[in-house]
Amino acid sequence: MSKSYVVIAEVRGGKLRQVTLEALQAITIVKEDGDLVAAILLGHQISAISEHLSQYVSGQIHVIDHVDLETYNAETYFSAIQNVLDTLNPHAVFLGHTAEGRDLAPMIAAYLHAGQLSDVISMEKVETEVRYTRPLYAGKAFEQKKFIDGPQVVTIRPNNMAAADTNDSQADIVTIAYSPPSSLRSIVKDVIRKTSGKVDLTEAKIVVSGGRGVKSVDGFKPLQELAEVLNGAVGASRGACDAGYCDYAMQIGQTGKVVTPEIYIACGISGAIQHLAGMSQSRIIIAINKDPEAPIFKLADYGIVGDLFVVVPLLTEEFKRAMA
Amino acid sequence: MNIYVILKQTFDTEEKIVIQNGDIFDDGVKYIINPYDEYAVEEALRQKEQHGGNIIVVSIGPSRIAEALRTALAMGADEAVHISDDRIVGDEFTLSNVLAAYFNKQSYDLILGGHFSIDNGGGQVAIRLSQLLNIPHVASIIKVDVSEHQALVLRDSEGDTETVEVTLPALFTAQQGLNEPRYPSLPGIMKAKKKPFHHLTLDDLGLTETEIRTKTERISLFLPPQRKSGQILQGELNQQASELVHLLLHSDVKAI
Ligand SMILES: Cc1cc2nc3c(=O)[nH]c(=O)nc-3n(C[C@H](O)[C@H](O)[C@H](O)COP(=O)(O)OP(=O)(O)OC[C@H]3O[C@@H](n4cnc5c(N)ncnc54)[C@H](O)[C@@H]3O)c2cc1C
Repeated sequence: MSKSYVVIAEVRGGKLRQVTLEALQAITIVKEDGDLVAAILLGHQISAISEHLSQYVSGQIHVIDHVDLETYNAETYFSAIQNVLDTLNPHAVFLGHTAEGRDLAPMIAAYLHAGQLSDVISMEKVETEVRYTRPLYAGKAFEQKKFIDGPQVVTIRPNNMAAADTNDSQADIVTIAYSPPSSLRSIVKDVIRKTSGKVDLTEAKIVVSGGRGVKSVDGFKPLQELAEVLNGAVGASRGACDAGYCDYAMQIGQTGKVVTPEIYIACGISGAIQHLAGMSQSRIIIAINKDPEAPIFKLADYGIVGDLFVVVPLLTEEFKRAMA
Repeated sequence: MNIYVILKQTFDTEEKIVIQNGDIFDDGVKYIINPYDEYAVEEALRQKEQHGGNIIVVSIGPSRIAEALRTALAMGADEAVHISDDRIVGDEFTLSNVLAAYFNKQSYDLILGGHFSIDNGGGQVAIRLSQLLNIPHVASIIKVDVSEHQALVLRDSEGDTETVEVTLPALFTAQQGLNEPRYPSLPGIMKAKKKPFHHLTLDDLGLTETEIRTKTERISLFLPPQRKSGQILQGELNQQASELVHLLLHSDVKAI
């Protein structure tokens, strides 16, 4: 019997997120011929995004376009999704392990009485069994898990799997009417966007991070310049956040964000175990620290022993020249 | 106000992870309250200081977690509930349903939990619970103001800050930045010993093993591959910088 797989598409800053395409690609690993792949797209004035998305989906796109869905609200979004789930009766629902996906997935899982595997970084199919790999202890260990029975909910970590390619057969776009929740108990009053426009930390290919060694709010400036040249994002250690040099939203580590970029540049970060937990899976790690004994050098692929206020601008200039 | 905190005990963040016989080795390991749950406990105390009420901390797990509950009592919580039963083996589906069975018999205004647990990192149990109880939730909060039957909360959404107004009862998960947890004081530790400490099993909750059977299962467990130690560049700093850029752009590392 054919099954249906559903991706909850995510829009941020008026654009479809890359992780949605990664989720679509992930499904191709687990689905069988004849299974339906559907996406649910929510938001307001999203026809251009649905056209764009339809190039990547072979089945259906369920579009719910309503002013109430302009900004994410757990209740309105869930209510809108719930109706489509009732129709599709999905075998599995895939979401990005993003603020939105992390919020919606457990609601969907509870509603469907489903198991959920969060923060999946890879998956493979061995005969009929699908094995999902996910980190434990922020990447100090990994486990492979499988579903025993019932519907499945999976959130996948951004930036860890290939993205879907466009396909020839465009998806059917199905317009769904928005049905508000029976009682709305939470209202999003205001959203202060601190991150729009800039490269998202968890999806960035290059992360330049600062620690207590940056010494001040202004100390992050050279790091920002380097990140800009490389089209990367700026992160931080908890040391820098605790000292008030930057927002906690930038914190990388066991109790912060987990990032897996191509290049991670740690500037003025000692390399405490809790920080390593958030970045040690990066492909190439570069450390800049004036203390040659700093533990970060044990993990780094390349290290420069020196003052970050000298080294970082040098790197920025070199990259500018080399990439011109 | 009836404030509940759901909390979990985890490995100390300094602990090295060792795998033995296919499982994580926990002999002699130091356990702590999951750091995010600790923010939740602290927030409960602050809300009580402002609005009065009663704080009950709830946890599911083996006997050692009594220590985490005692710590929360020593911080200032009023009562502890320890749900412990060998038949509770499972994933977030299992745990959230056990908690839901417990909360269905309580009256609550606020339920607080952590944004996620730093060991398993699932981030599911609290939000699943709110859904099972049919109450609104706001995840990853960094500020909360409670008035009458409402709360105004700030939530962190990947760096953006959202202001959400919610009708109580509601469930919130605590993000870093919400507060600075206090240490248990010596008088607090003494007082904790006399505070109500309840033990519950599946039978007390009216649940059967079948109802809460896990939906997922671990196949294997492994450590990440060791990174081979790298190379400290040499020479003048400007030479090092250009060497590094060259390596990243042109050599076989080619990362840009
Ligand atoms: C429960 C718990 C959870 C935690 N979670 C996290 C987490 O998620 N993320 C995290 O990062 N930490 C976390 N920590 C904190 C962690 O233990 C460290 O305290 C923190 O990572 C240290 O930050 P740092 O490396 O920036 O600062 P420090 O350890 O102070 O290091 C600063 C470094 O900068 C170097 N330096 C100074 N000036 C310069 C300069 N001009 N040029 C070059 N180098 C310079 C110094 O040599 C030093 O190595 C957690 C701790 C606990 C207890």
